[in-house]
Amino acid sequence: MTFHSKKLPHKKHADDAKAAALFLLPSAAGVSIFVLLPFADTIRRSFTNALGTQSVGLANYDGVLGNDAFQLAAHNTARFLCVCIPLLLAISLALALLVRAAGQGGKIFKTTYLLPMAVPVASIVLLWQTLFNTKGIINGLLDALHMQTIDFMGTGAAFWVLIFTYLWKNSGYDMILWLAGLDGISQSLYEAAAVDGAGKIQLFLHITLPCLLPTLGLTTVLSLLNMFKVFREAYLVAGSYPHESIYLLQHLFNNWFLSLDMGRLTAAAVLTAAALLIIILPLQALLRGGDAR
Amino acid sequence: MKTRRKIWIFVVLIPVAFTVWWPVWHMLSGALTGALEIKNTIAPALDSAASDNFAVWHALPNSPTLQPLVELLFDTPEFFVMFWNTVRMVLPQLIGQLAVGAPAAWAFSRLRFRARRLLFGLYIILMLLPFQVTMVPNYLVLNTLSLMDTVWSIILPGAFSTFPVFIMAKGFDAVPYSLIEAAKIDGAGAFGTFLRIGLPLGMPGILSAMVLGFLEAWNMLEQPMTFLKNKSLWPLSLYLPQVAADNLGTAMTASLLMLAPSVLIFLFGQKYLELGIQSAGLKE
Repeated sequence: MTFHSKKLPHKKHADDAKAAALFLLPSAAGVSIFVLLPFADTIRRSFTNALGTQSVGLANYDGVLGNDAFQLAAHNTARFLCVCIPLLLAISLALALLVRAAGQGGKIFKTTYLLPMAVPVASIVLLWQTLFNTKGIINGLLDALHMQTIDFMGTGAAFWVLIFTYLWKNSGYDMILWLAGLDGISQSLYEAAAVDGAGKIQLFLHITLPCLLPTLGLTTVLSLLNMFKVFREAYLVAGSYPHESIYLLQHLFNNWFLSLDMGRLTAAAVLTAAALLIIILPLQALLRGGDAR
Repeated sequence: MKTRRKIWIFVVLIPVAFTVWWPVWHMLSGALTGALEIKNTIAPALDSAASDNFAVWHALPNSPTLQPLVELLFDTPEFFVMFWNTVRMVLPQLIGQLAVGAPAAWAFSRLRFRARRLLFGLYIILMLLPFQVTMVPNYLVLNTLSLMDTVWSIILPGAFSTFPVFIMAKGFDAVPYSLIEAAKIDGAGAFGTFLRIGLPLGMPGILSAMVLGFLEAWNMLEQPMTFLKNKSLWPLSLYLPQVAADNLGTAMTASLLMLAPSVLIFLFGQKYLELGIQSAGLKE
């Protein structure tokens, strides 16, 4: 399923263009009204005062970058990403390989690992509370084993609970991406290498891993973006002001929004968009380059 | 040797799967547990000040009962309101995504026009932006249009999401040009070709977009939290954690009823869900 088919019929472009304009109009109009135009306004407002009436130069950006809450949130978010993305990629790849190796019996596990995608956050939250509360089930077990109980949501342990939640929720999604990547590796490569006497581990290191590189790039981007959704669990379990180890950028945006701090909010939105584009655009360009067109 | 390797595979797969099976089972059994039993088993976890005991888990309720379900359905009118709120935010979003997104996706996939790659690239970037970035632009326009605190503040931005356009375009890529040419020779217009050839053949992509769109909309939390101040408009996802504190049994049942549509669509649409995830991952 490649997007750019190489055999495009080159006639009747004019007809196509007219039809395309009509087909695209409703969507493009909606996107312009709800995202593009207001985003342009957001950029403009990031250089003005809260009412958008007077230019203040870079004051809003200074305000964001010098803000303690922003520094805490940015630090936590970076820490969260550095821990959860490598873990998620490794775990989901391992699951994909195992599910494939399990053959027919792997199907039920594929379904199982995807299922958390369909479990609503609100349902998870109740369960998490019964598990991780100071009087929850896990602490009950620890107590029964005469071990020290843990205040999961009130200490730095909250960070790891959130990591676990993220992994639990996203492993299946990433596993599907890896499986698609694994399916794309030509069987003949393995056969040729096996003829040359390569062992199982050598096959994995020299064929499977290099062939999965494009998948790695995209899976990383999608995992990064899904990370923003972990706010749902964090918020429903711990509210607007959770333990400081899980005070993420998402909390900050939410709290600044509640106080309608438009100056900082617009500047922070522009900064976040810029940071994401810096990560995403080169990856996209890289993939397009590989498309040889 | 071969079978021993297989056994080791399952030794890893099964415990991981348990982390999914257990919560689902817990929810099922919790929904069948009476209020009194819940008070003695898992309630301490939600209100740790009220009890010295720890929460315990019973694989099966001692005395299974439909009492929480009955209570929820007959004594909790708020539940229906919230459930209805969720439905009337989710369905229009999906209908909008289909009505607006499918023609756009068809244009991106099968029609040639200038700036096509540029526009499609823009759609991809927009689909990748998280809510925290689009929140401020959305707010600015919703506020200008006086749509804040109405269901439209959730529906309209959702309906114009670019993500379903991307997925559906990937699906339309499978429609052969030869069929489109044949339809043209038969005298079909651009719109007729889209209806008679595009829609039927692009159905897998459309269904993928709908399954993913449903799961996303059903779970929506940030948008209603940000744009809806009026609690009577809140969807279930926001309301559930609030009732949990007062009535755990009802909350367990409500969370099961919220889970049900989502899991059913997941099970019936799993093929399309996987297709949708993959098409986001396949290189453009």
